[in-house]
Amino acid sequence: MKKNWPLWEIFVRSKNGLEHRHFGSLHAADAEMAMENARDVYTRRNEGVSIWVVESKNITASNPQENGEMFEPAQDKVYRHPTFYDLPDEVKHM
Amino acid sequence: MKNQNLYNYILTIADNSLILAQRLGELCGHGPNLETDIALTNISLDLLGQTRSYYQYAAKIAGENKTEDDIAFLRIEREYKNCLLVEQPNTHFGYTIGRQFLFDVYHLMLMEKLQNSADEILSAIAKKGIKEVSYHKRFSSDWVKRLGDGTEESNAKMQEAIDDLWRFTDELFFMTASEKEMVKEGIGIDVSIFKEKYYEEVSEILKEATLIVPENKYFTKGGKEGVHTEHMGYILADLQYMQRIYPNMTW
Repeated sequence: MKKNWPLWEIFVRSKNGLEHRHFGSLHAADAEMAMENARDVYTRRNEGVSIWVVESKNITASNPQENGEMFEPAQDKVYRHPTFYDLPDEVKHM
Repeated sequence: MKNQNLYNYILTIADNSLILAQRLGELCGHGPNLETDIALTNISLDLLGQTRSYYQYAAKIAGENKTEDDIAFLRIEREYKNCLLVEQPNTHFGYTIGRQFLFDVYHLMLMEKLQNSADEILSAIAKKGIKEVSYHKRFSSDWVKRLGDGTEESNAKMQEAIDDLWRFTDELFFMTASEKEMVKEGIGIDVSIFKEKYYEEVSEILKEATLIVPENKYFTKGGKEGVHTEHMGYILADLQYMQRIYPNMTW
């Protein structure tokens, strides 16, 4: 048996209608325990109405060493933001 | 006091929560890992919340400007009416879980009955407590199964805890004179009605956890009438220290 429990990522929806957001991570032996631990660690102050747990190893993350090719090309392409036209005053909240 | 029986009855229920909360509180910062530490502390706080509701009600009945704090902090050992089970020490994590499990199964059955009490306040406290206690039971029975059906060592420790604590379970169903009076008035719960169901449910979970259901028929009691085990004095020393050294101090 491994000495350490695997790591789990915890996603909590704080209100109906909102999306689940990453709240943090914790250790647990399996999904059921991860769920109970998440309930106790992250929703004890009434933060949530729904919890997702996913074992961290199942997440594929981008490699920080590849940040150059991954993200830098987007930095000078401001024209990809839809800001180059005038909005009529009647349209609010855009 | 006019309503001595009701006062006593409230304490019989509330003192279990207070003392168990205090026991669990001792583990704050000392749990086996961060997650379980917080879980146990949450349970402790749930129980303390319930205790406060009961004590506020009891203080009102007692009159004479008594407060919930007087009841919590300024009684002598013989005046505490909790059962012996909840005052047993946190010997090891299996013990803490075993004690919690044997109490939670009982506690939930009691709350389910108490919500129909003729006393509106007790009924309201029970209704609110049911969700909390359901989770406590889920947490403790899950851990009984994990430890029982875990490694050879965790199984042995869980079995040891259940074997040791078993002798305190019968007291849960012992009824004091005040309790019997309250049952007559429709306020108190006749706990003997769910005794059989209790042992059935506990046995079922123990079997699922690959543990042996103790056949020990030697039981001990006394707590509900104020006769406690040797552990109680130490708990109260911790619990009462601040109020005894600095009378009337507040946070």
